[in-house]
Amino acid sequence: MNENIADHSSLDVGTPEEISRRRFLEKLSIGLAGFCAAVVGIPLVGFIIAPLFRKPPAKWVTLGKVDEFQIGKTVSVPVVDSSSLPWAGITAKSAVWLRRENDSSFVVFSANCTHLGCPVRWMDGADLFMCPCHGGVYYKDGSVAAGPPPRPLVRYQVRVENGEVKMNPVVVPISTTL
Amino acid sequence: MKQLFRTVWLWLDDRIGISVLLKPMKHIAPQDAKWWYVFGTATLIAFIVQVASGVALAFSFIPSSSQAYETLVFITNDAPFGSFLRGLHYYGASAMVLMVGAHMAQTFLFGSYKFPREMTWTTGVCLLGFTLAMGFTGQLLRWDQTAAWSVVVAAEQAGRVPLIGEWLAHFILGGNTIGGATLSRFFAIHVFVLPGIMFGFIGLHLWLVLRHGISEPPTAGKPVNPETYRKEYDELLKKSGRPFWPDLAWRDVIVCTALILTIALLAHFIGPPALDKPPDPSVLDADPRPDWYLLWYFALLALIPVSIEGYVMILMPVLLGLLLLIIPVLNHKGERAASRRPWAIAVVCLSVIMIGALWVQGQQSPWSPNFQALPLSEKVVGATSGPVFQGAQLFHDKACLNCHLIQGYGGRRGPDLTHIADKLTHDNMVIRIVNGGNNMPAFGSSLKPQEVEALVAFLQSRKRPLRPQDQSPMAQN
Repeated sequence: MNENIADHSSLDVGTPEEISRRRFLEKLSIGLAGFCAAVVGIPLVGFIIAPLFRKPPAKWVTLGKVDEFQIGKTVSVPVVDSSSLPWAGITAKSAVWLRRENDSSFVVFSANCTHLGCPVRWMDGADLFMCPCHGGVYYKDGSVAAGPPPRPLVRYQVRVENGEVKMNPVVVPISTTL
Repeated sequence: MKQLFRTVWLWLDDRIGISVLLKPMKHIAPQDAKWWYVFGTATLIAFIVQVASGVALAFSFIPSSSQAYETLVFITNDAPFGSFLRGLHYYGASAMVLMVGAHMAQTFLFGSYKFPREMTWTTGVCLLGFTLAMGFTGQLLRWDQTAAWSVVVAAEQAGRVPLIGEWLAHFILGGNTIGGATLSRFFAIHVFVLPGIMFGFIGLHLWLVLRHGISEPPTAGKPVNPETYRKEYDELLKKSGRPFWPDLAWRDVIVCTALILTIALLAHFIGPPALDKPPDPSVLDADPRPDWYLLWYFALLALIPVSIEGYVMILMPVLLGLLLLIIPVLNHKGERAASRRPWAIAVVCLSVIMIGALWVQGQQSPWSPNFQALPLSEKVVGATSGPVFQGAQLFHDKACLNCHLIQGYGGRRGPDLTHIADKLTHDNMVIRIVNGGNNMPAFGSSLKPQEVEALVAFLQSRKRPLRPQDQSPMAQN
């Protein structure tokens, strides 16, 4: 079956000049094809991987007025990613868990389980966050209580400004622990 | 008239070369390649069903993060044949995964991957990977709540890859979070990139089948010797070979007809998987689960010890993939018959048992809390007031019931506590509840002492009922 294997001997037919010319034309054609591929391909790859270079928005997002949150309560607060694309629709929304600890102190947890990102739920009576996917459980301070999560719930930066609670940035935190 | 048709056909065939194009269908194949050899064709037919139904669905599906869900609702509820087509695409995908698995098991057990068909196997392994990738990206195009959270899970999983993890995660999300870029990118991958690559690989795979011929069924005691195999194969074909079309292909046609009928009947009578809630990531009451073909992997991620989780999540698929790719390089000659390769039978059986067992576990997902647990009924509690009653209420309110079973009600994440009083004393229970341990949270800081007492009173009432022979003569009277 080896007769099918590419046969290069035909390239050696002709005078030395012809062979040399043929070799040159072969290299020229392959080189030009590569150049064309690069001209089209580089912008194409750049376009596809562009979202990777989009910096997380540095904007502080308002979660609500200070008075809206009761001390000691953990509540889910919807957040809208102001930097999202116009056609994101409802997917521009996300939610975080906010806990008011005292008059001036707020903690904002990512709703993503640090195991694999599923949305943790707050169990009010038990003071626990529970994950529906693989059974991760966290205490009210976000530390791991049970299950596979490798680290505590991620806390966002919070600040209180003009009577409003604000957080930053609106990103899905990625656990990179192996 | 007949003569006219014949003239036109001959003219077209001469100018286009249709007969020449179809000639490979009549290639000579071993006559014993019978019913075991139908799975490859069945996979190809399932792929063609996917292409056809996918193209049709794309006529109405809008791959926009904000509108896809509405178009899916339209396709399912309003468009003529829409529900059927979605079903066709779903069961077609399932059939393709099953047929790829069967095809792979058959070629492995028959030793068909050995010389000279090593690259036929390797391209097939690549096609298995692309098929699973199509399955996952396809599930995401069913752009509901489960799909949106599955993207996050995929990104988090990719995030565990050393060095480039975060980069991969953001590539999957299409940015720092789910949004406008997420779905259209998956659409492009599912509809253009992966199928394009698959067309190429299927072409290559089929070309290799023609180039090296369909492997003859193995004979025990007749090992593959690369020095002599090709000559022996040629002689076999000369002696007893038959044209693939139609002498052998009729079995493929029958199996493919049955396959398409099954897919169509399932699509018609059972219908496509129901749409979940809309893909609103601010709704945190979500319970994302992969479709059945990846449910076993979902179960694996819940069951492996945390300390080796990252390695299992990342290294295992890589090593498994590499191993599958290089199997024919490691083992390209020798016996082909499964009866002389007991380890081959063991590998296939163990793989099926492992995937099956994990799949069953994934279906039940006992590691997940039961968020739907309702308060225990009066009949189960056995009291309407007092500490036992209060304890039962706390057992529900403090989320104990989400993880523990009482007489079949509740969750399965922790031990069944139906008869816990037979095993633990009052003090042991207090210690367990307050301090936690063994994968149970500590409730010391969220329960008042009297609440702990009420809970323990309830749990102390959870005893196995006394059987008549255990009861004292006094009680029997």
